[in-house]
Amino acid sequence: MSAKSERTRSLTRAAATLLVAAAAYEATARSGYFPPALLPTLPAIARALVATMLDGSMPLHALHTLYRVAAGLALAVAVGLPLGILMGRAAPVEGFVLPLASALMPIPSLAWVPVFILWFGLGDTVSILIVFYAALFPMLLNAWSGVRAVNPLWLRAAAAMGADERALFWKVIVPGASPFIIAGLRQALLRAFIAVIGAEMIAASDWGLGWVIFAAKEFLNADVMLAALIVIGGIGFALERLAFGALERATVVRWGMVQAVKD
Amino acid sequence: MPELVPAAPRASITAERAKGRLRGAARTAFPFLVVGAAWEAVAHAGLFPPRLFPPLEAVGAALARLAASGILLHHAAETVLRLAAGFALAALVGVVLGIVMGRSRRAEDIALPLVSIGAPIPGLAYAPLFLLWFGTGNLTTVLLVAFVSAFPIVFNTWTGVKAVKNVWVRSAQAMGADQARLFRLVILPGALPYILTGLRLGLAQGWRILVGVEMLAAVPWGLGWLIFGAREFLATDVMLAGIAVIAVIGLALEKLVFRRLEEFTVVRWGMMT
Repeated sequence: MSAKSERTRSLTRAAATLLVAAAAYEATARSGYFPPALLPTLPAIARALVATMLDGSMPLHALHTLYRVAAGLALAVAVGLPLGILMGRAAPVEGFVLPLASALMPIPSLAWVPVFILWFGLGDTVSILIVFYAALFPMLLNAWSGVRAVNPLWLRAAAAMGADERALFWKVIVPGASPFIIAGLRQALLRAFIAVIGAEMIAASDWGLGWVIFAAKEFLNADVMLAALIVIGGIGFALERLAFGALERATVVRWGMVQAVKD
Repeated sequence: MPELVPAAPRASITAERAKGRLRGAARTAFPFLVVGAAWEAVAHAGLFPPRLFPPLEAVGAALARLAASGILLHHAAETVLRLAAGFALAALVGVVLGIVMGRSRRAEDIALPLVSIGAPIPGLAYAPLFLLWFGTGNLTTVLLVAFVSAFPIVFNTWTGVKAVKNVWVRSAQAMGADQARLFRLVILPGALPYILTGLRLGLAQGWRILVGVEMLAAVPWGLGWLIFGAREFLATDVMLAGIAVIAVIGLALEKLVFRRLEEFTVVRWGMMT
């Protein structure tokens, strides 16, 4: 059997699975065993999604969430990237930061939410700081590992060809560490996205996808909840596939440092 | 001709070694001392109300008080039990599903779309839905932890089974291995590094959301609840004591996670020494 028809068969089966799963869900929802408020039918979920999209509330919630992720992530990169690179290049910095990072890293970012609420009040600050905390450590540790993983031969070769410190840094160390840095960024984004949903649920501001889901629970609006889940999944998928795929193709894949993943 | 060095007496070698270890410990302790001193300075300067920014001795006292009354142990035990129950469930389901997906093209086609749809949604986003369906309490918490930690386990097990070299499978078959032996002696050991990585990732992921879920699910005990409940009384010292315990538990998990992870990835690939 050719690879192509094998692929077609896989796609058909995948589509069939999704259809069967959807049909099973719909049958359960309509069976009347469960209250429709808890298990809304698919058309009800679709209606909730379309309605919240059209009145502009869902896009606005998504924008709030994305703003918090972007702000926290930007802070984490601004702190974590230089500090990680410095740790890789200067032993005293490594000796000072590494024990602190190892002690703070295993604390789930959400554990800080109540403390941050007391310190900064409800609102954007808490969510942004929680995102910052969640995203900082993957960024920091990957930048540090990346710099340490730069082949020492490259450093010596560049130095022998007369590269000064600056050229060495920009032309050898940063590109050499970039696969790690991008991996760190991706991991940081993933953690940030998880953290922002949790922070929004607990630190109830009045906008944001996490808040929508949690607030919908109060009114037993399972349809709105599931609609918000779909939006969250869509954003997560888009960020992961589109943003990072493009970033990787533009940098490390083009430089030949990692193989392009075919799929 | 190298110069001969007289052998040092045993006692002085062990003394030397102990001194080196002491120096290492001092170097690790130094950053904590600096940060601790800075914290103390800010706390005692009176810039912030001490209720919100307690000095370290107050946090220590809260920790000692909670530990002595046995409350802390109860909270910690409940949290660890929930993590263990959820993780065990995830490991069982995840490894079995991953292996089936890796071995059977049909199972892969059927399960992969469902798994891929669930994976990019942060686990905590399902929490309110689980709360609606299963009510508040232990069942929701355990199920959510299991649900969240199952994804990395399924993905890694599946990848691991697919990564087993075809040559090994065929040579084992040529030597007359039946399905059971093929599975036990070739596929399982071949996929094991991936499965272990998946288990450790799953455990870390479950741990990260458990604390958050405990805050939302209104369970009567648990470290997440301890921290969240302390907010009502502005008891920042209790919160920070709870976070310290969380850090210790997390560190214990992470140590196991990390050593394994490094062995399997960077060290095995010879990328780092």
